[in-house]
Amino acid sequence: MTKQLTPEEIVKSFKDEFKTKIKDIRIEKRTKSSAKHEFVHIWMKIDKSVFRDTVKHLATLQKYPHLAVASGNDLGKTIELIYHFSIYYGGHLDEISINISVELPKSKPEIETITDIIPGALITEREKQEMLGVKIKGIPDSRRVFISDDFPKGMYPWRKDETGPQKMARNLHEVKK
Amino acid sequence: MSAKQTTKTTYQIPIGPIHPALKEPVAFEFEIDGEKIVDVDVKLGHVHRAVEWAATKRNPIQILYLAERICGICSYCHPTAFALAVENIADIEVPERAEYLRVIQAELERICSHILWAGVAAHELGFDSVLFLTWQMREKILDLTEYLTGNRITKGIITIGGVRRDITKEHLPKIYETLNYFKDNFEKLRKIFLDDKTVRMRAQGCGILTKEDALKLCAVGPTARASGVKKDVRVDQAYFSCADLDIECITPEILTGEVNGDVYDRIIVRLLEVKQSIDLIEQCIDKMPAGDIVSEPKVAKVLATLKKASGESIGRMEAPRGEVIHYVKLEAGNESPFTWKVRAPTYNNIMPWVPMLLGEQIADIPIVAASTDPCMSCTNRVAVIESGKKYELNREELHKMSVEKTRRLMR
Repeated sequence: MTKQLTPEEIVKSFKDEFKTKIKDIRIEKRTKSSAKHEFVHIWMKIDKSVFRDTVKHLATLQKYPHLAVASGNDLGKTIELIYHFSIYYGGHLDEISINISVELPKSKPEIETITDIIPGALITEREKQEMLGVKIKGIPDSRRVFISDDFPKGMYPWRKDETGPQKMARNLHEVKK
Repeated sequence: MSAKQTTKTTYQIPIGPIHPALKEPVAFEFEIDGEKIVDVDVKLGHVHRAVEWAATKRNPIQILYLAERICGICSYCHPTAFALAVENIADIEVPERAEYLRVIQAELERICSHILWAGVAAHELGFDSVLFLTWQMREKILDLTEYLTGNRITKGIITIGGVRRDITKEHLPKIYETLNYFKDNFEKLRKIFLDDKTVRMRAQGCGILTKEDALKLCAVGPTARASGVKKDVRVDQAYFSCADLDIECITPEILTGEVNGDVYDRIIVRLLEVKQSIDLIEQCIDKMPAGDIVSEPKVAKVLATLKKASGESIGRMEAPRGEVIHYVKLEAGNESPFTWKVRAPTYNNIMPWVPMLLGEQIADIPIVAASTDPCMSCTNRVAVIESGKKYELNREELHKMSVEKTRRLMR
């Protein structure tokens, strides 16, 4: 295994690689326990155009970065996807969480798949498609995963606008049986 | 099927949504060639209850109790992961004693879950007497949980900034009594699961997940560790007081010197983890300092602080089945969270099922599916579609096939 980088070095390596495409970098450190051990979360916002390259870059730090899950927010004009990775697992207290956020315009919410780099990302990508209405380009399996097939099309449970579930939840009696 | 037909065709067996070996509804579609599984498709979402959406209408304290009801077995891990995320956002310092108490509760839950799993695994193999033996042992740990928290399953012990009940001197004798009971009986369990010839024949070389696949498919918890991936949030990251304790990743080579990634290895990992949990609880009791158990006992004050807090964070911890991670985003001025995303360990352990099941026999489905310890709920009915003619294979029959295979091997 290659040498483990410190959180600052990781941030620097990303900055060197992607320059202005990467912003709002935040290193969150909290100490726990009497011996003052730290845990580290790195948060960064990246431009959509370099998303795949960022994940590839992450895979150079550790061969198999662990993707815990991708979460998402509806921010009004844009949809934010946050991919929660962790690297350097296995060593004692070495692990670093890296949270990569990418914003997609609501008019064209599209992003490339990363299943070819991390095959385990499939379920979480499928979930993002149905829950947030983003389109994952090149996804090997685009069926729904959690919501049933008779759930109305064009309605996305995590959205907070008119395509969200608010109206449906209010008027449950109108929903077709 | 007509007798004249000579070409070999595969057929499909749909299993679920209400189905064998799983306590929670999931649908499988198996492509079968004779007895061999050649393809698997997993369908999820039969118990999607929109818990995350419901949370956006509740305040963080209420969400703790909602989170507790996500899963009956991990009823401690979900609210705790949520509390960890919220504490990160609002910068709430948890008193040191509370951190130790949190570890004790987490380990109690792990023992309970692993012993429950051991019983289910034995049942799937056709050893129902072992099921009753292990569940009898589980009863002891449930009694202890009730004694310490007031409840057996939904414990309601965690709160934002600490825990709700202390462990005092009066509690210690009962804790030691239970732990000693487990130590005394551990050898018995070990002998049944690891030395028994029939269990070995059913479990060794069955449902193999290679290290490569486990890494690629992001497997977590005992499923990943049984494949030799050293990955345990308790070791990897400083949360609670885990950094002060002596913890190591349990992988099967500790006992056998090799990693196969089969069902047998997953049994080894879980059994050793029960032993590890007992050890951790004892360490915690020894090292636990005196002090407060919660940073702010008044709930109204906590809520007022959280209403002002804004930001996003994640809470991660090692549940019995693996890493659980919650993402929370809070907005200032709004009591309920903007987003709450829950990711339970089984979510990541779904995809590893495919390489595990490929090439196995129908009779192995229950034990292989159960070996990842998915969150479960079971009833009766599997439809087998064979050349367009549909007949039904129910839960009992599938179970019977598994039992028969065991009996066959015993001969």
